[in-house]
Amino acid sequence: MGWAIAIHGGAGDIPLSLPPEKRLPREAGLRRCLEVGIAALKARNHPLDVVELVVRELENHPNFNAGKGSVLTTTGTVEMEACIMDGKTMKCGAVSGVSTVVNAISLARLVMEKTSHIYLAFDGAEAFARDQGLETVEMSHFITPENIERLKQAQEADRVQIDYTQPIQKETPKDAAVADGDSQIGTVGCVAVDNEGNLATATSTGGLVNKMVGRIGDTPVIGAGTYANHLCAVSATGRGEAIIRGTVARDVAAVMEFKGISLKEAAAYVIDRVPPGTAGLIAVSSTGEIAMPFNTTGMFRACATEDGYSEIAIWDSTSK
Amino acid sequence: MGGWAIAVHGGAGVDPNLPKERQEEAKRLLTRCLDIGISALRSNLPAIDVVELVVRELETDPLFNSGRGSALTEKGTVEMEASIMDGPKRRCGAVSGLTTVKNPVSLARLVMDKTPHSYLAFAGAEEFARKQGVELVDNQYFITEDNVGMLKLAKEANSILFDYRIPTLSTCGGGAALESPIQMNGLPISVYAPETVGCVVVDKEGRCAAATSTGGLMNKMTGRIGDSPLIGSGTYACELVGVSCTGEGEAIIRSTLAREVAAVMEYKGLNLHEAVDYVIKYRLDEGKAGLIAVSKNGEVACGFNTTGMFRGCATEDGFMEVGVW
Repeated sequence: MGWAIAIHGGAGDIPLSLPPEKRLPREAGLRRCLEVGIAALKARNHPLDVVELVVRELENHPNFNAGKGSVLTTTGTVEMEACIMDGKTMKCGAVSGVSTVVNAISLARLVMEKTSHIYLAFDGAEAFARDQGLETVEMSHFITPENIERLKQAQEADRVQIDYTQPIQKETPKDAAVADGDSQIGTVGCVAVDNEGNLATATSTGGLVNKMVGRIGDTPVIGAGTYANHLCAVSATGRGEAIIRGTVARDVAAVMEFKGISLKEAAAYVIDRVPPGTAGLIAVSSTGEIAMPFNTTGMFRACATEDGYSEIAIWDSTSK
Repeated sequence: MGGWAIAVHGGAGVDPNLPKERQEEAKRLLTRCLDIGISALRSNLPAIDVVELVVRELETDPLFNSGRGSALTEKGTVEMEASIMDGPKRRCGAVSGLTTVKNPVSLARLVMDKTPHSYLAFAGAEEFARKQGVELVDNQYFITEDNVGMLKLAKEANSILFDYRIPTLSTCGGGAALESPIQMNGLPISVYAPETVGCVVVDKEGRCAAATSTGGLMNKMTGRIGDSPLIGSGTYACELVGVSCTGEGEAIIRSTLAREVAAVMEYKGLNLHEAVDYVIKYRLDEGKAGLIAVSKNGEVACGFNTTGMFRGCATEDGFMEVGVW
């Protein structure tokens, strides 16, 4: 066995025609964050520290929908959420409605470690962040021009979207050209296992473009977007509402346990059962297996194992 | 087999020294709520409507920890949360951080029915409530004298616990229950308020539904969210089963308790009673909790590893039971 790590930058309707100027920075981001994770694992850091570190990097990267670069609510504000879980102890922490904390995932970790609670949200979470001396900034720090544009498009089309969603199919192709360019970002996550079988997962997001103020998605709901136990660690991405109903992250572990199948089979099984085009996930098992299934057009992802294997991808190898 | 079935709960974890009158009062409320549910089922109301109706009744009555009578935050205010789930298509709705909405479970229902989302919280949820025209009241309405007193005791208990480390039952001989109180969520059981109310129903058509509502943990940090609004933890319903949990929120979340009942039925082929027993026995570790559940076949079950759980259940063939221990 050996360590293994997987990261994602969101699943969705990422068109195959994604222009290089949209694709390359994200691939570079995935590559860099993967390297950060690999270095941390090689230095024998605990997976909990590794996933937090990697997700902090992804949050700081403006081209992914977390931290800086988060998509906007219907009023143009940012409300971030994040969640972290340790497979061995099953301790977890989650936050929602965070608008000034530079790294929501670190706030989630503090909830887990410094309070007797699991989940803090909105004003209470912000107050706790200040109590803990976490770095906070003006909300404008997180807002990027791409996301202002994305919100505008979503409001014109009068809908809420995962950010990759192509414009409404029944409309003319010219709308497709307009919306296509800027819709490709998504939730971020990282799962890792060390060579002792310690597992951890972390997920972070700005949520859905044009979401209602106060809307909470799957990311901070333990068992939906994020879950880890002694068998595996999972981070999901896609349409939050579908992931919540499908208790996606929890089901991967449950199916492995109750059906006695491999991680890859369990992950594929679970993704098959959510509506097409709504979800993807990354997972690692205690024995170093990796799975990264998705039923959307694509999912920004990368993974590596101790024996030297590594991969960065967006679409299926079959769809090239 | 088959036919409707209903169960209600008013929290897991009861002080063994709870005065008899309080126990009777609780049983009367549970009976009344069961009757409301039974009436609705006999009039062919679908499961999803019945759970909402019954939980509204539990929220309105100040006895249990939901709606009026909710536990108080560390600041002495009320922040309520609730969730509801409809088995057939697993549609769901949840709310947290409500301070003026008279019936949180109904707002959760509206989130499910009237928005593209599943979960709304705090200011955003309150704004949605205003737009929907649901009944709003001042936060004071939810606060009872009893709970103001409890909050004071909880704060004292927390500081005592910090300084003197009151031993838990496991380290004590077992005789002096008064000196070494049972604890839940870090509070002596005399102070800890059972956390939630809930209702699960399967109607004549075999449709399951579940709903849970709570004021949360006494003396909680503002902004703290517990298990009740989390689908898969405090509430879950699918084609097979409807589940509502109560007890130590953090333990219920870690074990995704409500989903667990359904998962062992679905993937291990256990029946309802076996599933409930299994998850209570093996999935809670040191956590203390209870749950009620119904299956699409008209069965009803409850399980808890706490000292007592306020509960009641009834089935179409005439079975009815209300209990505390």
